[in-house]
Amino acid sequence: MEHLLGTGVSKGIAIGSVLIKQEHTSDYKNKSITDVEQEWERFNTARDSAKKQLEELFNQSKQSIGEKEAQIFEAHILIVEDQELAELIKTQIFNQKKNAEWAVHEAAEHFAALLESLGDEYIRERAHDIRDVAARIIRILTGADKHDLPEVDKPCIIAAKDLLPGEMVHISKDKVLGIVTEAGSKTSHTAILAKAMGIPAIVGVAGLLEKLNDSDTVILDEVEGKILINPDSDTLKNYNRKLELLEIKRKELEGFKDKESVTKDGVEVELYGNMASIAELPGLIDNGAMGIGLFRTEFLYTTQTSAPSEEEQFQIYKQTAEKMAGKTVIIRTLDIGGDKEIPYLGLEKEENPFLGCRGIRLCFEKQELWKVQLRALLRASVYGNIQIMLPMISVVEEVRRAKAIMDEIKAELKSEGIEYNDGIEIGVMIETPAAAIIADVIASEVDFFSIGTNDLIQYTTACDRMNPRISYLYSQFNPSVLRLIKHIIDTGHQHGIKVGMCGEAAGDVRLIPLFVGMGLDEFSMNTSALLEAKKTVDQISKQEMQKVVEDVLKLKTAQEIEEYLLSL
Amino acid sequence: MIEIKFEITNNEGLHARPASEFSKAAMKYKSDIKVHKNDDEKAFNPKSILSIMSMGAVKGDILKIQITGADEEAAIEDLKAILEGFDK
Repeated sequence: MEHLLGTGVSKGIAIGSVLIKQEHTSDYKNKSITDVEQEWERFNTARDSAKKQLEELFNQSKQSIGEKEAQIFEAHILIVEDQELAELIKTQIFNQKKNAEWAVHEAAEHFAALLESLGDEYIRERAHDIRDVAARIIRILTGADKHDLPEVDKPCIIAAKDLLPGEMVHISKDKVLGIVTEAGSKTSHTAILAKAMGIPAIVGVAGLLEKLNDSDTVILDEVEGKILINPDSDTLKNYNRKLELLEIKRKELEGFKDKESVTKDGVEVELYGNMASIAELPGLIDNGAMGIGLFRTEFLYTTQTSAPSEEEQFQIYKQTAEKMAGKTVIIRTLDIGGDKEIPYLGLEKEENPFLGCRGIRLCFEKQELWKVQLRALLRASVYGNIQIMLPMISVVEEVRRAKAIMDEIKAELKSEGIEYNDGIEIGVMIETPAAAIIADVIASEVDFFSIGTNDLIQYTTACDRMNPRISYLYSQFNPSVLRLIKHIIDTGHQHGIKVGMCGEAAGDVRLIPLFVGMGLDEFSMNTSALLEAKKTVDQISKQEMQKVVEDVLKLKTAQEIEEYLLSL
Repeated sequence: MIEIKFEITNNEGLHARPASEFSKAAMKYKSDIKVHKNDDEKAFNPKSILSIMSMGAVKGDILKIQITGADEEAAIEDLKAILEGFDK
């Protein structure tokens, strides 16, 4: 039994037979023809089918993924319909007496080369679109499009090099048990969409398609990020049992969807959702998210070839606010640094990216870029309860500077007569020990705190969480970190502001009781953690947990704390 | 036939978004429409987005638009308004 490793997108298991999505080829044979009229007709028929395919993709993606992704197909439709392109194809067929496939290829290359020679970067990129459209028409002409996405007639696990947004919209949750791809990372399109659809997925699996054959039986273990190929009967039995248990648990948790999130002693605990793409919203709402505690906006920047425009961002923030219908939507401004590849930003590689120009520091350096985002956020703020969160704060001057820039933009909007919410709440991530220690100073400048545990652990223990050699240091139960968290919550409350948490610890059922005891106001987590968190809240009493806090703070090591919390 | 001349004063020229709006507008009319850049002989077809984008019109270029057909009056007004809109 062979196994492969990749990145699990959320927590789940899938067992089933594999269906491999073949890479479609737009290869064709170069042929001479005699009946030019007939060849021209062939092209016109193929063009009509291509147009129909694109219109379908446009409508489907608009509904299931979003306006932005749909625009790609709208641009493709314009090209398919283009008069001059068709004219050139006709000339090629009639004058050269060659087949339509060749003529389409030649004509598309002609225009692609023309556009590539121009100065405007956006226009140069349209060359890709032309080649995409040509490849689609050629596939229709040669019949290669027939096996585009495999026909799914019985439940299966789809394996592919990569799945495009246009292909993801064809995937139905009833027929597809799981998805496994060679390309992708936790933040790639496939990963985020699979997560939003609640389909187990493992991405970034090197060598996947070499090892897999159609109809192989595989097990996707998302927790371990592992794919087991043709497992022996014991393993299979074992996993079937796990799957059953998960199913039982899932059914039990379903019952918590409509329950209030209240402790046994009647204290309401706010459970919010984390999101990176608007595609995740329906799932969050369905799982009872009472607000959005963290909208990571990086995804808008990392998934395209140029920075998202003000209008595009405005639409996304507005839609999010409207869908949440007045509930809190905390949107974190761009949080990236030198460890991310975003070609159009031209970020310098840094020796120490995690201690470098990242988060708010980069926002100050790339102020023009950041201002576009702030304008979009402020404009959208009248459509619901949007709150702005600043990432990676370490000194109070950063908060003041950010607020001054925001005031500038408010004044700008005012002079242009554009509406915005003047009282928009501004908060900060507390994720550096420096910010935690001066929480009192920062609290007097902002409306809320949100504790980012992942970075807070990393910076407090001076430990790179990705380095396996020092993994003993990285623990959610680290006593220094827990003391800091207590300090942040207490200080926030002394200054009358709300304290939330949006790191992974917020969705960890072992820690939720402790944080409830500390008085944390809001827990923000991934969709898949929400119902279990609600169940945990339902089973504890805040008063009892306050005693637990006292006990935990007396313990000396992460291990002792973990064991104690597990014994509750 | 009606003819107008229009100078591009927008810093970014007739880039992708304006080009596609211009093209979409041109497609609404039955009249034959031709665009020449700086009196070049080559005529571009505004009803084709690829043709308009490949024209590569930048700031300072003068576009000569010629329209012939039954709805030429309406077409010229519309296209002029669109170009002026971009040139703000």
